[in-house]
Amino acid sequence: MKKLQNTLYITQPDVYLSLDGDNVVLLKEQEKLGRVPLHNLESIVAFGYTGASPALMGYCADNNVSLLFLTMNGRFLARVTGESRGNVILRKKQYALSEDETKSARIARNFIIGKIYNHKWILERTTRDYPLRVNVEQFKEASQQLSALILEVRNCEQLDRLRGFEGQAAITYNKLFDSMILQQKEDFQFHLRSRRPPLDNVNAMLSFSYTLLAHDTASALEAVGLDSYVGFLHRDRPGRVSLALDLMEELRGVMADKFVLTQINKKLVSKEDFVKKENGAVIMTDEARKRFLTAWQNRKQEKITHPYLGEKISWGLVPHAQALLLARHLRNDLDEYPPFLWK
Amino acid sequence: MAYSDDDDALMLSGIQHFHFCKRQWALIHIEQQWAEDFRTIEGQHLHRNADQPFTREKRGDKLVVRAMPVKSRQLGITGICDVVEFIRDNSGVEINGAEGKYVAYPVEYKRGKPKLEDIDVLQLTAQAMCLEEMLLCDVRTGYIFYNEIKHRIEVPLTDELKLKVGSILEEMQDYYRRGYTPKVRTGAFCESCSLQHICLPKLMNKQTVKSYVEGKIRE
Ligand code: SF4
Repeated sequence: MKKLQNTLYITQPDVYLSLDGDNVVLLKEQEKLGRVPLHNLESIVAFGYTGASPALMGYCADNNVSLLFLTMNGRFLARVTGESRGNVILRKKQYALSEDETKSARIARNFIIGKIYNHKWILERTTRDYPLRVNVEQFKEASQQLSALILEVRNCEQLDRLRGFEGQAAITYNKLFDSMILQQKEDFQFHLRSRRPPLDNVNAMLSFSYTLLAHDTASALEAVGLDSYVGFLHRDRPGRVSLALDLMEELRGVMADKFVLTQINKKLVSKEDFVKKENGAVIMTDEARKRFLTAWQNRKQEKITHPYLGEKISWGLVPHAQALLLARHLRNDLDEYPPFLWK
Repeated sequence: MAYSDDDDALMLSGIQHFHFCKRQWALIHIEQQWAEDFRTIEGQHLHRNADQPFTREKRGDKLVVRAMPVKSRQLGITGICDVVEFIRDNSGVEINGAEGKYVAYPVEYKRGKPKLEDIDVLQLTAQAMCLEEMLLCDVRTGYIFYNEIKHRIEVPLTDELKLKVGSILEEMQDYYRRGYTPKVRTGAFCESCSLQHICLPKLMNKQTVKSYVEGKIRE
């Protein structure tokens, strides 16, 4: 597996990015804030767009460094994608499969199996780690429901029905999400998923981590030569990275939800880290966002054994490994797409 | 079969990759998934070509041409000959801009020492076949200069070798046309392959995904 490289997060809204040789130079009102060698970077994520020079964009496109612009709250603005490596053949297969509902469903169901399986094991682990804090019986029951849904999904070849099963599984899991928040209950509660905008602290963190994850999966897909905009489960919609969202389904729980829960349960965030806007939207403060990103980066460095590859890799490479496996399936090297089944 | 579209011609140097591992060749030449060092090699090749476009030197009865672009429609390949020596010989053919008749001898330069396998020979043969087609002549002898022994070795370019090159190229063309990346037997040689991170050779001997998924969900 390739090496995990760094992501450079620009958290100040008024920083201009420019190119100098093989370095990205960060400028603030003509003053140099710093320079970072580009060959160590896998991607650059800028919050609060001021600008980047065309030269830098060109360099990033040529060298497979992904460059992403988000609003301060993490809403997607734009992404620089280069003329990707020669992947016409792979992409044509991807497009052909995405046109075929049944074949799409056979791939999509493995994304969903991954999602439900991982959610199930998050619940199971919670009962194992905190048997005295949670209602074990309730968790076990939910876990069994999820197991039953996985078996249904396994035999399903229709996208609509798949979405139905996924919805059912999400209800079962979301119902218990709040019970997995074991600290700072007054300030952190989960009732409903609210997205645009997130209306409470937990949703603000979930939204933020999903944005980061969507970026990681989209870059991973592009890097192996796939088109992150053409999905199997999520259908085409202009500007939507449907395939990245597909791939993200199985990673949300283990990479984002668990991360957010840890932040709360280990008291790495507190209510002071959030502000409520006039429209009810809750966002993280600059300071909190920086800490969040550092923790996110550290988590990416942690190693695991990939359940299918059997190889030790870092969490940060999981999206890449899955993208590679998906590409391998699309070109018929693998009989199915192997979802990331984490326990 | 003749290949008319130059854009579709395969790179002659790919014969080496194909010989090393068919999958490696397909990853580089069909899927263009080359890893850094291949890109660098391509770069150097182009560079060298631009530096010395088709230079000709005359030394007595010998005409030496460097970095000569060659192609064969019949085989559907293009490439570059390091050196072609034209030796004045009445059994040869006339060439543009030179007096008399000449026989062509391709010379390939290699960094290492002579190998037991015939991969360098196959590449030289393919170059010879291009020359035969372009000059309408016979090319029966070539040379490989090995830098490590500072010595050139004479290589008879037999009909047998030419048939072999023909059938290798047919297989390459077939994969190329179908956009097909073959699965291959993997081995220790994968360790030295710079595409191993893309190829994932271990996957070719793994359990099926079906049994992985079904095993996990029934645990
Ligand atoms: S890793 Fe092995 S099987 Fe894969 S392309 Fe390289 S040599 Fe061939």
